[in-house]
Amino acid sequence: MKIEQGRVLRHEELKGGYRLLSIEVPAIAKAVGPGQFIHLQVPKLAESVLRRPFSVLDADDTSLSVIFKIVGKGTAALTYAEQGDEISIMGPLGQRFPQAREGTLPLLIGGGYGVAPLHFFAKRSPVKGIMMVGSSSKSHILCAEEFRMLEWDFRISTEDGSMGMKGRVTDLVEDWVGQGKADATPVIYSCGPHGMLKAIAEMAKKHGWKAWLSMDRNMACGVGACLACVQKVKKGDKIEYVRVCKEGPVFDASDIIWE
Amino acid sequence: MIGKPDIAVKIGAIEMKNPVMVASGTFGYGPEYAGLIDLNRLGAIVVKGISLEPHEGNPTPRIVEVASGIVNAIGLQNPGVAGFVDTYMKFLRGFDTPVIVNIWGRTVEEYAEVAKRLSDVEGVAGLEVNISCPNIKEGGIAFGTDPKMTEEVITAVRKATDLTIIPKLSAAVTDIGQFAKIAENCGSDAISLINSLPSLVIDVGKRKPALANTIGGLTGPAIRPVAVKLVWQAASAVEIPVIGMGGITSGGSALEFIIAGASAVAVGTATFTDPSTVLSVIDGIEAYLIENGLGSIGEIVGSLDLPAAGTPNF
Repeated sequence: MKIEQGRVLRHEELKGGYRLLSIEVPAIAKAVGPGQFIHLQVPKLAESVLRRPFSVLDADDTSLSVIFKIVGKGTAALTYAEQGDEISIMGPLGQRFPQAREGTLPLLIGGGYGVAPLHFFAKRSPVKGIMMVGSSSKSHILCAEEFRMLEWDFRISTEDGSMGMKGRVTDLVEDWVGQGKADATPVIYSCGPHGMLKAIAEMAKKHGWKAWLSMDRNMACGVGACLACVQKVKKGDKIEYVRVCKEGPVFDASDIIWE
Repeated sequence: MIGKPDIAVKIGAIEMKNPVMVASGTFGYGPEYAGLIDLNRLGAIVVKGISLEPHEGNPTPRIVEVASGIVNAIGLQNPGVAGFVDTYMKFLRGFDTPVIVNIWGRTVEEYAEVAKRLSDVEGVAGLEVNISCPNIKEGGIAFGTDPKMTEEVITAVRKATDLTIIPKLSAAVTDIGQFAKIAENCGSDAISLINSLPSLVIDVGKRKPALANTIGGLTGPAIRPVAVKLVWQAASAVEIPVIGMGGITSGGSALEFIIAGASAVAVGTATFTDPSTVLSVIDGIEAYLIENGLGSIGEIVGSLDLPAAGTPNF
């Protein structure tokens, strides 16, 4: 973990209001792994005291990229970031998704910009598997081309039926199960809206599958000091709050207490 | 002037190499920031609030950002005094920096018991007695806003330990001087202020509080002028050292507190923005002394030059 002064290499608008930000930040880019996040200080955001956490979409030896859309004043200000702008980055933070082992079938399930860490996971994974993306409509389906280029079995669901199967991403999973093509028990890796993650945890439990979920919380320090971003989990026979920024953001779905 | 100015300070029995500590609740228990800054450079480390038994804390959301600050309601989640000592004290003893443990309880007896248990722990230099947390139902601010309760809890902690004790005062009182005086009369070695200011943030769309706990505590630059004023008043009321905090982000903002009468200061929320803020505050204070030809920090403590118009109206 370190703080490094990065430089914006590329900032482009994707569809559906999503944006891609690519930052030259060598030390952190080299060290970051799938599921980990960076804590970014939004440039020129007056009166702001907190950094903003972003899951990493992709990284190489010199740069990394993230996806965002406007959800508050921080991300609104970040839309003004221009190529060449200096940007303070803290990272890499949090735990990685465990790597998929040979002989297992990774099943990635993403929603919205939750596809970001899953893309990074797929790119680094020694084992190919299935990627499922669900959203309200086709303008929110991100990274389709990237997943196809990685030669993953890529499946889409939209609630309005504008792309892929009509329905929710959990319907897509059940549809796949119904096709009887599962020759290996899948291990789920998921990131997306809270409601989606909860539905996936229930579904994984029903099928007896292992599921790794990347959780999202309002965050302050990013390093485990302030205890703002906690998640209630089972720990042995006890239930306690643990830190999303430190013990997470990736959790075993069967440990999570849903509130 | 030849040589570096003397910025060492003494708070009770605690010898600090410089007047800048990290504020309780913003620095965890030390290891969280050890990879980012050199803990040996700090004047003191003040760890997150510790109670007799482990405490779960509040539901989430626990934090929301506002203009120039944050409102938090963590609810004093902690591993309890035994858990703290077992997990963190060995690590903390590895640094040449005094450790001050922030303590709290739900009853006077609990405060005294935590103080007693920490008294013989090697490496604990002092106790900051939290009688001002706005985010828990029992204890905290209930003690710090009632003069009788303040007196009771500080007296009990004083009896329970020979360590340096530093009650942390609440800003949510009418007369801060009265509470500072009570702390002094009950045998405190110093006082610290201010704790976060009780606040409410509303999500207008949902017509609900932004925090699960409804009420939270405001910190950050937004509270600095309030904090400087209260430190000035408190320092005017007592002889014991005052530790000032509330929105410090730079050497300049720390100097406001020192000029107002603080012998030492603490950096809190600014650590979240940039963990090295505390180091630049130390450097900034030193640079100010050099620029002004001053030999020691003591020369500017309480040096506020008031207008000739007479005593200000508090």
